Amino acid sequence: MKTENQKGWFFVLPVLVLVAFNALIPMMTVVNYSVQETFGDNVFFWEGLGWFEQLLRSERFHASLGRQFLFTGIILLIQIPLGVVIALSMPRSGFWVPVCLVLMALPMLIPWNVVGAMWNIFTLPDIGLVGYFLNHTLGITYDMTQDPLAAWITIIVMDVWHWTSLVVLLAYAGLVSIPDAYYQAARIDGASSWSVFRFIQLPKMKRVLTIAILLRFMDSFNIYTEPFVLTGGGPGNSTTLLSIDLVKIALGQFDLGPAAAMSLIYFAITLLVSWLFYTLMTRNDAQ
Amino acid sequence: MRKRSLIPIIYILFLMLPIYWLVAMSFKTTNEILSGFSLFPQTWTLENYRVIFTDPTWYWGYINSIIYVSLNTVISVLVALPAAYAFSRYRFLGDKQLFFWLLTNRMAPAAVFALPFFQLYSAVGLFDTHIAVALAHCLFNIPLAVWILEGFMGGVPKELDETAFVDGYSFPRFFGTIFLPNISAGVGVAAFFCFMFSWVELLLAKTLTAVEAKPIAATMTKTASSAGYELGLLAAAGTLTIIPGAIVIWFVRNYIAKGFALGRV
Repeated sequence: MKTENQKGWFFVLPVLVLVAFNALIPMMTVVNYSVQETFGDNVFFWEGLGWFEQLLRSERFHASLGRQFLFTGIILLIQIPLGVVIALSMPRSGFWVPVCLVLMALPMLIPWNVVGAMWNIFTLPDIGLVGYFLNHTLGITYDMTQDPLAAWITIIVMDVWHWTSLVVLLAYAGLVSIPDAYYQAARIDGASSWSVFRFIQLPKMKRVLTIAILLRFMDSFNIYTEPFVLTGGGPGNSTTLLSIDLVKIALGQFDLGPAAAMSLIYFAITLLVSWLFYTLMTRNDAQ
Repeated sequence: MRKRSLIPIIYILFLMLPIYWLVAMSFKTTNEILSGFSLFPQTWTLENYRVIFTDPTWYWGYINSIIYVSLNTVISVLVALPAAYAFSRYRFLGDKQLFFWLLTNRMAPAAVFALPFFQLYSAVGLFDTHIAVALAHCLFNIPLAVWILEGFMGGVPKELDETAFVDGYSFPRFFGTIFLPNISAGVGVAAFFCFMFSWVELLLAKTLTAVEAKPIAATMTKTASSAGYELGLLAAAGTLTIIPGAIVIWFVRNYIAKGFALGRV
């Protein structure tokens, strides 16, 4: 039982000050830009909701938003089941467990631009391991700087490489917390391994999988550095995801108003999807 | 059982392949890389590493990164500790809303904040300092640290606190000598995740620095575009960025999985 104690606010104060400094002030700056127009020299004009209207009608925005949802959808569909399968097939204890976990977590600890650069030299057609193997040994034409499909496959495989381990770690943590008694009971009942998974392991993993899906959704929806370093959004605009497009508008063209409006819509979508998903997943618990 | 262990092995091999390629390339000469394909370095060279360890713009990149990452880890964990304690022990006005609001800060795309952060930190005169990057990374690390620590603290029975207060412990003494040792694993896990997310983030770190506090990752991007693509050098620099993470992860290997599992959503 928690005690009613308003003193809690004092404990939270340092966190509040630091996060508010970093979150509220920049957010207000963005809101400020999103309703104004500027021609430089720090002269601003009131623009109202014009940028928002323009953005919601803009085909460019629709295209990058569509690409973003496609990317995040594919990522979730691959990483979540794959992570669960790998976690299920890992040993529960023994010498190899920490070794496996450390090796698996390694990709997550590499700076994101190094991940991009690494996959670039890994897939270059003439000097990269995969690029050379596909083009010269198997005779498949593969060049992600020319072919949009190859570019898409490359960024998806890269993200699977980079983040599946997070799902594995979480699912594994859920699995090892299941008491042995559950499995013994299942064995006495003669349950198949499918029903063990469906009725024991999956329900026990539900909470960690919720966290995994949420984290993977947020991070893949906000992805910027890795695909930017790897493909630069190309060839053409084929891999220009939402963040890449946003940075292009904000820092490349310096269109502050449209970029700010886009930021707010972007943030709102992330927030809305996360909240909907979270509410759906936890609704049953409350009942 | 034997067949099942194939899956993790194949997965780990898949993870190691690009890393192997990076490390192998870092030992090749630029000539060998550009002249054609070779699975292993034909002429081993340490030249790439020598350049990095003798050129100040390179090795200062590493030092800068390590400074702001450590600063951020210390700040995040220190301020998150009391907050997590409050969230796990007390009910106060707006606690649930506050907790959710904290978590939403992890959802904000860094790209959204790049320009406002630049203006904010220039305005307060912190641009191009280590502390600026450390503070900026608090945006997503503090919520994470609070979340993980709160999970670990929730596992400590409340009777522990009450007994200590009955025994006449003051709050700071109780927190330092009794409570902290009980959640040391949680502190380790939280510190690890703060280190990790601060170490891998580049967009904000690059936006907030110019010369004095430039992170290693930014030095690499600059080399990639200016020096006619010295792949060997880039590969060596990339290889070196893997090492700190690998060291840190070894220390918390038994707790990483647990850290997230205990947090409440």
